[in-house]
Order: sequence, then C-alpha cells, then structure tokens
Amino acid sequence: MQTLRRKDILGLEEMSAEEITLILETARSMREIMQRKIKKVPTLRGRSVLNLFYEPSTRTKASFELAQKYMSSDAVSVAGTSSSLVKGETLKDTVRNVEVMGVECVIMRHPVSGSAHYLARNVEASVINAGDGMHEHPTQGLLDMFTIWENKGRLEELKVVIVGDIRHSRVARSNLWGLQKMGAEVAVAGPPTLMPPDLDVFGVKHFTSIEEAVADADVVMALRLQKERQESGFFPSMREYAETYGLNARRLEHTKEDLLIMHPGPINRGIELSSDLADGPRSVIMDQVAAGVAVRMALLYLLLGGTKE
Amino acid sequence: MKTLYITGGRVIDPSRNYDQTADLLIEDGIIKKVEKGMKPPSDAEVIDADGLVVTPGLVDMHVHLRDPGQEYKEDINSGTRAAAAGGFTSVAAMPNTDPVTDDPSMIRYAFDKAANTPARVYPMGAVTRGQEGKELAELGRMKKAGAVAFSDDGKPVVDGMMMRNAMQYAMGLDALVIVHEEDPALAARGMMHEGTVSSVLGLKGIPSAAEEAMLARDLLILKITGGKMHVAHVSTAGSVEMLRRAKKEGLNVTAEVTPHHLLLTDRMVKNSGYSTNTKVNPPLRAERDRQALWEGLLDGTIDAIASDHAPHHPDDKDMEYDFAPFGIAGLETTLPLMLDEVNSERVKEFTLPVLVDRLSTGPARILQLDSGTLKEGSTADLTILDLNRSYIVDPDSWHSKSRNTPFAGRRLLGAPVYTIVGGRVTMKEGVLTE
Repeated sequence: MQTLRRKDILGLEEMSAEEITLILETARSMREIMQRKIKKVPTLRGRSVLNLFYEPSTRTKASFELAQKYMSSDAVSVAGTSSSLVKGETLKDTVRNVEVMGVECVIMRHPVSGSAHYLARNVEASVINAGDGMHEHPTQGLLDMFTIWENKGRLEELKVVIVGDIRHSRVARSNLWGLQKMGAEVAVAGPPTLMPPDLDVFGVKHFTSIEEAVADADVVMALRLQKERQESGFFPSMREYAETYGLNARRLEHTKEDLLIMHPGPINRGIELSSDLADGPRSVIMDQVAAGVAVRMALLYLLLGGTKE
Repeated sequence: MKTLYITGGRVIDPSRNYDQTADLLIEDGIIKKVEKGMKPPSDAEVIDADGLVVTPGLVDMHVHLRDPGQEYKEDINSGTRAAAAGGFTSVAAMPNTDPVTDDPSMIRYAFDKAANTPARVYPMGAVTRGQEGKELAELGRMKKAGAVAFSDDGKPVVDGMMMRNAMQYAMGLDALVIVHEEDPALAARGMMHEGTVSSVLGLKGIPSAAEEAMLARDLLILKITGGKMHVAHVSTAGSVEMLRRAKKEGLNVTAEVTPHHLLLTDRMVKNSGYSTNTKVNPPLRAERDRQALWEGLLDGTIDAIASDHAPHHPDDKDMEYDFAPFGIAGLETTLPLMLDEVNSERVKEFTLPVLVDRLSTGPARILQLDSGTLKEGSTADLTILDLNRSYIVDPDSWHSKSRNTPFAGRRLLGAPVYTIVGGRVTMKEGVLTE
C-alpha cells in the first residue's frame, strides 16, 4: 500500500510531482465511492478528525465534512466564533486540548499565513492546511489539478492562465506551484497592483492584457475579487475591474474551443466572471466542487494510512 | 575598592589606535596605568589575561529594558545582568516604556533603579510626549536629569514639521536625536521584508523604500536644521548608500547596525518555517542588503553595532506569525556572534580592533560617554574576551527574562570572560559576581 511519507499537508510548494500524482490517482478511486448509491466505506472507522475553521467557509468545510463521513471517521467541527479563541485561548492550547481527546488529524483554516506550519510544529496530529492567510490552500490546488486532469487527460504542457488577485490569493499560490510541478505552463494576468512583488520567483509570465494571456490557453481560472482590496487602493472600482479584467464571452472569443473555465468560488457574477461563462458548456466549476470531496477523501486516507476495505 | 591588576593580555584601545600586550593597573575605579611589565602592588587582585583580549567596556547603545511597564518581559535588573553576562558595561535604554519615558522623573527612575546593577544604564528620553508625535517632550529637563539621547524608537516621527522642530530644538541643547526610519504608510503593517520570500510565504511585505523614504526625508531636514542625528538599526543597501553620501557632504549623522541584520536574511523566515523569532522590525532583509551593511560597517559609514535587544516573554512569541510582537533579544548573543565573525574570517577586514571600535569606542563617542577608552585617568570600564572560548547560544541559560532569538543552538567561537564596571568585576568566567 502506498502512503504519503509525511505527517502534514501544508502546501504544494514542498510537495513532489510523485506525491501529487499519488494523491490524484487515489482521488480517482475515491470518486468512484462517491458515485455509489451508499457513499460510505469503513476505511477510517474509529479515527478522529477535527475541523478548525477560523475563517468562514461553506464549500471547503462541507467538502471536508462529507469526505470524513464517507470514510466513516468521527469528526468534530469548531468554528472560530464559537471557539475558545474568543475567550483568549491560544491556538496551541485549543488544539492540544482536542488532541488529548484523541484527535489524530486537524484540518485548519486560518487568516494568518504560516499558521498551519505553526500548528504542525506544535501537535503530534497530522495537519491539513485548509487555507492559511495568503500563503497556500493545497487541497484547492489539488482539486483544481484533479479537475483539469480528468477533463484533459493530462497536466503536462497544458497552458493555464490564472486571472485576478494573485497577490492576496492562497489558491493562486498553491496552483502556481502544483501545476508547474506537474509540467503545466502557467501564466498570470491582472493589474500589476494585484500581482505579488517579485513575481519572477514563481517562474510564471505576467500579462496585463487578458486577451493576450488567454489567446492559446487550455485552461483559464478566474479568482474571486474582494471588495476590500478596492478600499485599500489596489484597483479603482469593481466596474472598472470587470470592464478591464473580467472574463466574459466577448473577451474569450478568440480562444480554444475546448478551453476549460474554472473558478474556486464563491463567484462575483459579472465581475471576474460573467454568468454565461460560469454556467456555459466550457465551465467545469461544478466538477471542481465534486473533485474537492474526492481529493479530501484521498488525503485523509493517505495521511491516516487506513487499510482498504 | 580593590586595586586590580590585569596582566599579560592583548590590549586593544581603538580610541588611540593601541593594540599590544600590556598590563593595566586600576585603582579606585580609574585606569591608572597601561604599560608592559609593571610590578603589581601587593594588595592588588591579579587577573591573568594571558591569551585574552582586554578592551574598553562594551556599550550597547540600543536596548529595550521594558521597565517600567512590562517587567514580565524584562526589567532593569534582569536586563543589566544580561548585559554584563554578554560583556557590556553600559547600555542605553530606549524610552518606549509604559508609561513612556518622556519626563525627568522617569529618567531619574532608571538611574535610581540601576544604581547597583552589574552594568550601567543610560536612559534615553522620548522626542515627543508619549511618543505620539504631536508635542515635543521636555528634552531640556530630561537632559539635565541625565538623558543621553532622545528617540521615539519603535516608531518614526511621522510629521515632517515636528521632526524639523525636534531636530532644531535638540541642536540648541547639543542633544542627540536617534531616529527609527519607517514610513508607516509604505510599511503597510507588513510582517517581513518585501521580496521574493514574502511573496512565496504570503506574508505582507515591508519594502526597503519604507525605511529609505523616511531616512531621505530626515537627512534633508538635518541639512536645514543642523544638529546631530543618529540612525537606529539601518537595514537596507539604499540606506547605507544615502548615509555614505550624507557623511561625505559633512552632515552630522551616525548610524548603527544590529548583528541579526549583518548575519541573517529574509530566507530565515522561510527556512525556519515561519518562526516568530525571525519577526523583527526593521525586518531581516535580502542578501544584497546584508552585503551592503557589512561594507558600510567596514568603511565607517556605520559607526556602531547595537543589539536592539527587544525582549519578549516566551508566551508572547508562541503565536501565529502575524500575532507575535516584533523583536529579537540580543544582549547575550551580540558579542559572541561578532567574535565568531572575526574568528571565521568570513569578512576579511572585520578584525578585532574594528569589532571593539564598533561595540565600544564608536557608541561611546556617539553618546558622549566617559568610556570606550583605556586612556590613563579614565573610568575603569573594561571587557575581557577570550577568542578561543566556544559558546553555544542557549536561551534557557540566559539572564534575560526573554528567549527570543533566531540564533538558538548556534555554536560560536569567542566569548566575554570578564566585565568590569568602574573597577568592579561584575562578571567573571560567564558568572555574575552578585
């Protein structure tokens, strides 16, 4: 049986192509379980998992919780607001308390970059990073890669363009690392204010013209634009952003017929992505959501090292 | 007070370019004689310094003692014990206490509390009341009470007009203003140096321009006001270049650099897996900045090495990166770190006399202290070093209440063996005498 030889999943930067391949292949068999009428395997029966969300989340949280249920693990979920954090308890204390209750794996979303590393250093339980600040969101990167792989049959030599607020995006960072490790060619597009400083470190090309960026792309991924970035002066208005950088049918007129359109959600319809594209035939956004559960099942399986039924 | 006789050491006194084997006779807290082969008085306590190095007492011109207000992080007692253990005979204490040291009574408080400590404390006063940048603090009355310099360190004086007035007013008192150069808008609540590493880690960056823009402004202000300005913890290549030019133009400006900026870069944040012990302001910069700081230190653009000792309680640093406070504790590591650099010859021109100048004579001159020299007749503040003593950075053995250092576990060569303050041995063989 193959497992991951690591305690934690903190980011894709530190992961090898072999590991990513193993996860994607495992996810494929997990998706088969999801397609059964009775979506439950006893693989992780008796194993305990904690979902610790210090930021609001619908998709990721539901996806992890379902993955845990399908695998028969026992899971508790703690949200930032209802947690003891509001009483001033430190993250370390919170998790150590839950750990002595028998939790073997902690899934955490946290607004501070590096907090997953911090947690992983301080607990014996496995840590899966469900998004830390602007750093990484590895399970999103993996589900995005899974979606592309399923639809295109490969990742090597595909041209992927990520459009929007790369600077503040953990989704973008995970995808930039993961996709390139798997042999894809990645470019980013958007206003320079929304690009990370010293972008060269990621080894990707930057376009300020969306049309140019997507001209020969196989995949285009739009990122959610946050209103608060306007208030901090990164761009003048949602309207101007939509007109200049938003993805819509007209802007994608001269692109490949089999271009995949992706979005990690939640979508600002009409801002970074028009509804006709989001709901159109080239959109694989719903595939992404479904892939999320399969990928998370795979990670739980590989980390907790359950034996197959 | 006992007569001291220090024999057989290599005596380095940068204040008069002195570097030879000699004996020292110390009576009544005063250096009486520096000579080869004197006969020690029969009642003298003899220190055999054969194979050791005798230097003027080291001065750390930038420390935070947290007293009053945050004594759980450090206090005058623990901070001066840390200083003596680290080979320092004197420290200059920053005024960002709670309440802020912006009043003569607070200056007197520090002197009183430090009356019998194993190292001297020279308190500094705030430039503006409460360090709020709105009204001038009573610089004149604080100077009379003994304040050695004035600074709003921890933050800059944001308002340009206030800075101009402070510089001009301080000039009338022949007072030194120490500036913390950071444009808060450009720093934008960043967590580390802005560059490739911050981009990868997803931590908000503090661009070099945040420091350089403020330094440029203050050098321009200095040009119109006159007076003397000292730049705390210089961290960027651009700042070094600006300071070099300013000095060439004859501006009365001095500068200091910390060991962590000389020895570490932003890569450490990544390599340590976001260790909060790498979180410091100004942040650990890029390799080319580090190189430029060494060049500045060696060509005299930078006059002093200072620790910027910023002690924090271990609980305060045991947090997510954004939530932990900025700061590195350095009183007990600065000298061993720098001695190790001399020993390693990683930087050729960084010799022992240069080290002693930047850690003693330089800062003493900037603060106009009666130390930093071994001239006959001067106060007997001395440090004795052993270049061959191995030293492991072990925060758990510190005298400081803090443990926050990114150097923990480092094996170094070179350590202080005696700290002598006014003819009184306060540290011997790494052990405090009281």
